Amino acid sequence: MSTAIRFSAVKKRFGDFEALKGIDLEVREGEFFALLGPNGAGKTTLISVLGGLTRPDSGSASVMGCDVQADYRAARRQVGIVPQELTFDPFFTVRETLVFQSGYFGLRRNDAWIDELLENLGLADKANANMRALSGGMKRRVMVAQALVHKPPVIVLDEPTAGVDVALRQTLWAFVQRLNDEGHTIVLTTHYLEEAETLCNRIAMLKQGELVALDDKVALMQSHSTRLLSLRLLPDALPAALQPLLVSERDGAYLLRLDDCKQLEPMLACVREAGVSLRDIEIVQPDLESVFLDVMGRKAG
Amino acid sequence: MQGFYTLFYKEILRFWKVSFQTVAAPVLTAVLYLLIFSHVLEAHVEAYPGVRYTAFLIPGLAMMSMLQNAFANTSSSLIQSKLTGNIVFILLPPLSRLEFFLAYVLAAIVRGLVVGAGVLLFTSLFVLPELKHPLWVLAFALLGSGVLAVLGMIAGIWAEKFDQLAAFQNFIIVPLTFLSGVFYSIHSLPVFWLGVSHLNPVFYMIDGFRYGFFGVGDVSPWLSLSVVGSTFALLTLFTLHLLRTGYKLRH
Repeated sequence: MSTAIRFSAVKKRFGDFEALKGIDLEVREGEFFALLGPNGAGKTTLISVLGGLTRPDSGSASVMGCDVQADYRAARRQVGIVPQELTFDPFFTVRETLVFQSGYFGLRRNDAWIDELLENLGLADKANANMRALSGGMKRRVMVAQALVHKPPVIVLDEPTAGVDVALRQTLWAFVQRLNDEGHTIVLTTHYLEEAETLCNRIAMLKQGELVALDDKVALMQSHSTRLLSLRLLPDALPAALQPLLVSERDGAYLLRLDDCKQLEPMLACVREAGVSLRDIEIVQPDLESVFLDVMGRKAG
Repeated sequence: MQGFYTLFYKEILRFWKVSFQTVAAPVLTAVLYLLIFSHVLEAHVEAYPGVRYTAFLIPGLAMMSMLQNAFANTSSSLIQSKLTGNIVFILLPPLSRLEFFLAYVLAAIVRGLVVGAGVLLFTSLFVLPELKHPLWVLAFALLGSGVLAVLGMIAGIWAEKFDQLAAFQNFIIVPLTFLSGVFYSIHSLPVFWLGVSHLNPVFYMIDGFRYGFFGVGDVSPWLSLSVVGSTFALLTLFTLHLLRTGYKLRH
């Protein structure tokens, strides 16, 4: 697969604040990619570099092979960015907004696609409403439509679901998933880690301007395994040999660290030797949130 | 081309949708100036031999209105977009710097011309000024509005809040336009202020524009044309440089 987005040694400083400390990152075509990190980690700055809104102090970035500085016009046709800040032009209606946005991308007759966008984002009945009259969630939908008017091969959504109701999240993700299935590359930043876990197949984590993790979702979850073994015992007493592995107790079940599957048999042997029998056994898979906390915490220490 | 055309059209629509404020109000203001000043001064002042003061005043007022509105259009559009953040939708598309520049500046020139035409239309109900050289009139209307449109763009890019923009407007643009011979022929001034007026590019805009009506001016229309033309060229180059470096627009 070829490269959709490439950042090479991108550095950016705002005054004393080092927003990006030399980011190297590649997103391949067709991926559903999550860019995660706490507030201030540099996610939005990195996206701004991609859109030409921010100029890196050094390093370079390209979209679909087009350098965002040297070949800025070609690069901008390749990417649609949904900015994080909720913003709109109060002078115009939803349809006018989308017709203008199409025009900026050089598209004269774009009505069929605009109608499809309106339909898919649940905006059809708001087409002739003034932007001012829309609720926050509706304005957010228009921003998504604005980023998609030119059917960009690469779509970047910067926290599109912050402060947005369930209905929009579901509509939005169904639509974005469809675009991904049709071959569009999707990059997503979000603080809702379950969204990233469900949707994305590759994940990067940023912290204080540095890339601290980058891997396929499955591999990332495995490598930062905080997999747990959940045991319910009869009688309800954990053998002394297993005490050091105890993480917590939940609803009468003991949650034990299970760093490696090879540990499973010796652990069960301990249970048997202590003369305790198993009422229930379960392996609890790590979720992205625990991986995220693990990665962020570890690098801090 | 489509990108330029769309942004240009959007900018026209932006002021046209609020045309009471952007067109009708400045026309009314100019008519009020004419009523008051001609009432007070008509009997006392003869700026040019054989030209009534009211007639003399009309081109100056028209030009002043054009200049102030051309400035207002670029500057207010840019600062509003910057402060609300929606300028991002102009910065993300593949618009070239020249397209960006031309769309804003030409739309502001159009607003200047519409306001100027309105002022001439309504003031001509009082006194019909002569129109000896329509091409000079047109040339100075275009170039004058152009210079102020570009200045408005610089101010709009530079200013980070409305207060800074208001300062630029009230402390630079208004004095330049008022002290430029709108209300008087600069030959009526003391020598020192006559010299100062010659350093003000707005003086040449108004003088050249007025020459187009009466065939008389304080200086040659060719001198005015070269001063206004080179001011426009220099400011344009400067602004394109700002856009190339991304000054205050792309961080």
